[in-house]
Amino acid sequence: MNIPDDLKYTRSDEWIRVKGDEAEVGITDYAQDHLSDIVYVELPDVGREVKAGEVIGTIESVKAAADINAPVTGSVIAVNEPLPDSPELVNKEPYGQGWMVRIRLSDPKELGTLLDAAAYQKYCEERG
Amino acid sequence: MTYIPHTDADRQAMLDAIGAQSMEELLKDVPVRVRFPRLNLPPASTEMEVWWEMNGLAEANVDVNHCACFLGAGAYNHYTPHVVDYVLRRGEFYTAYTPYQPEISQGTLQAMFEYQSMICQLTGMDVSNASHYDGATSLAEGVLMALNATKGNRKKVILSPEVHPQYRQVVRTYVQGSDVSIIGDENPKAELSTLKSLLDDQTAAFVIQNPNFFGQFEDVKGLADAVHAVGALLIVVADPISLGLFQPPGAYGADVVCAEGQALGIPMSFGGPHLGIFATRNAYVRKMAGRLVGETADADGKRGYVLTLSTREQHIRREKATSNICTNVGLIALGAAVYLATLGKCGLEQVARLCYHKSHYAASAIAKLKGYRVNSQAPGKPFFKEFVVKCPKPVDAINDFLLDEFDIIGGYDLGRDYPHLKDHMLIAVTETNTRQEIDDLVEGLRQAAE
Repeated sequence: MNIPDDLKYTRSDEWIRVKGDEAEVGITDYAQDHLSDIVYVELPDVGREVKAGEVIGTIESVKAAADINAPVTGSVIAVNEPLPDSPELVNKEPYGQGWMVRIRLSDPKELGTLLDAAAYQKYCEERG
Repeated sequence: MTYIPHTDADRQAMLDAIGAQSMEELLKDVPVRVRFPRLNLPPASTEMEVWWEMNGLAEANVDVNHCACFLGAGAYNHYTPHVVDYVLRRGEFYTAYTPYQPEISQGTLQAMFEYQSMICQLTGMDVSNASHYDGATSLAEGVLMALNATKGNRKKVILSPEVHPQYRQVVRTYVQGSDVSIIGDENPKAELSTLKSLLDDQTAAFVIQNPNFFGQFEDVKGLADAVHAVGALLIVVADPISLGLFQPPGAYGADVVCAEGQALGIPMSFGGPHLGIFATRNAYVRKMAGRLVGETADADGKRGYVLTLSTREQHIRREKATSNICTNVGLIALGAAVYLATLGKCGLEQVARLCYHKSHYAASAIAKLKGYRVNSQAPGKPFFKEFVVKCPKPVDAINDFLLDEFDIIGGYDLGRDYPHLKDHMLIAVTETNTRQEIDDLVEGLRQAAE
């Protein structure tokens, strides 16, 4: 299982990559593996104000539908436009081409509440 | 699957497992007075006697095989070729339950695929689902889909008062308890231009019926552009027979086409089972309720059919789904597919032409009668197979006279739904109405006015 060291993680299996006051968000390798083949991704509208923990989209696989939760509070400044037409990118490259949204952080202190790679690894192992 | 009733040994084994001696002991908590009540039934009848009794009840009904029918308003007396019933009654189709292991039922899937393909051709849309229960629930699903497609951010649905009154009630039932507002039809005379002025960035859907409930065509030029300009979806309730002759909603920009499919070879059956047609554009396929059959190739490259989108509401999207409808009317959809395949493009056009010309013949004759006026509520609008007749007496009185004196089932009393159309009757004429029947109707109306 791939858990890059330079990212932060949520207990709902999103990752977040922070660059300045912007953050890229996707779902983890663990999440895509458990969902199996992803067939559809619903993303939020650009410009939407989101709160940490709020549902901002849906991922549908051949097995289940899962929520995408905002890891942090802020405004959506971009979404991965090609994703709804190529949802398999989430399975192939969950940390790269399979990114979902970019959020401008309104409260960078929230980042402190997220898991680091080691803590997320432990969290995944606990769940098996 | 064989039906095997419980044997005495089965029952005893179950009683033993529970620890009860007998069925009587098992039921001892049920009060004695209701445990084995006397049913006070008449003595048992023979099969022949039961048949007489049931047949007597059936013959007490007024039906279209013994009367000329000019009643429409949502359910229509069209002719059903016998081949439709023949195919439906084949055991492979008639006895099959919904395919829970769909790919093993290739025949059922192929039938649904053909139904969907024909509905797409008929409506001018990209994709059709495998049906809903009826036109009203299909429209309600269309409204839910529009609310979902606009990501739940929009809470307004504009509904023309010229959409079938019962369909509008069903839409309201579906959204009750939510914060969605249904507007537009509170003014029963609201015209399209007035309704268009209600469009704004809170509007999820704009719903029209075309031909409308009064049988008349709406002026749809520029309508889709106006609806799309605010980011809403245009939903059109259509008459599938009219699409054999007139421009389909897909050609004038509809995003969703809903229709009652009963006209396509399905008997009226006192109101059901009927057929909910639902078609939309590719962009909304993931938001569509129900199931979708697709064609593919198997490992050997041979043609095969799959449930491309299964009833995801049930086992994938669950509470995240657009709708919680999981079921449909597969057998009735098959009937419509057989009907369409039997008639073909030319046959359907011929049925539509006959409806058009016969209804216009009837309308022009009725318009000449003293005391009657045709389509006076909206003069000059073209109509398909139904038209509004302003009567000199209450509609009930005229209909009683027509039935008693002429064996004619008269039109629908519009005053029931539209207070300003008291004493107005909606008359439907289909290919099944002969010239003699129409002439009798005209004579009956003339005498009823005296």
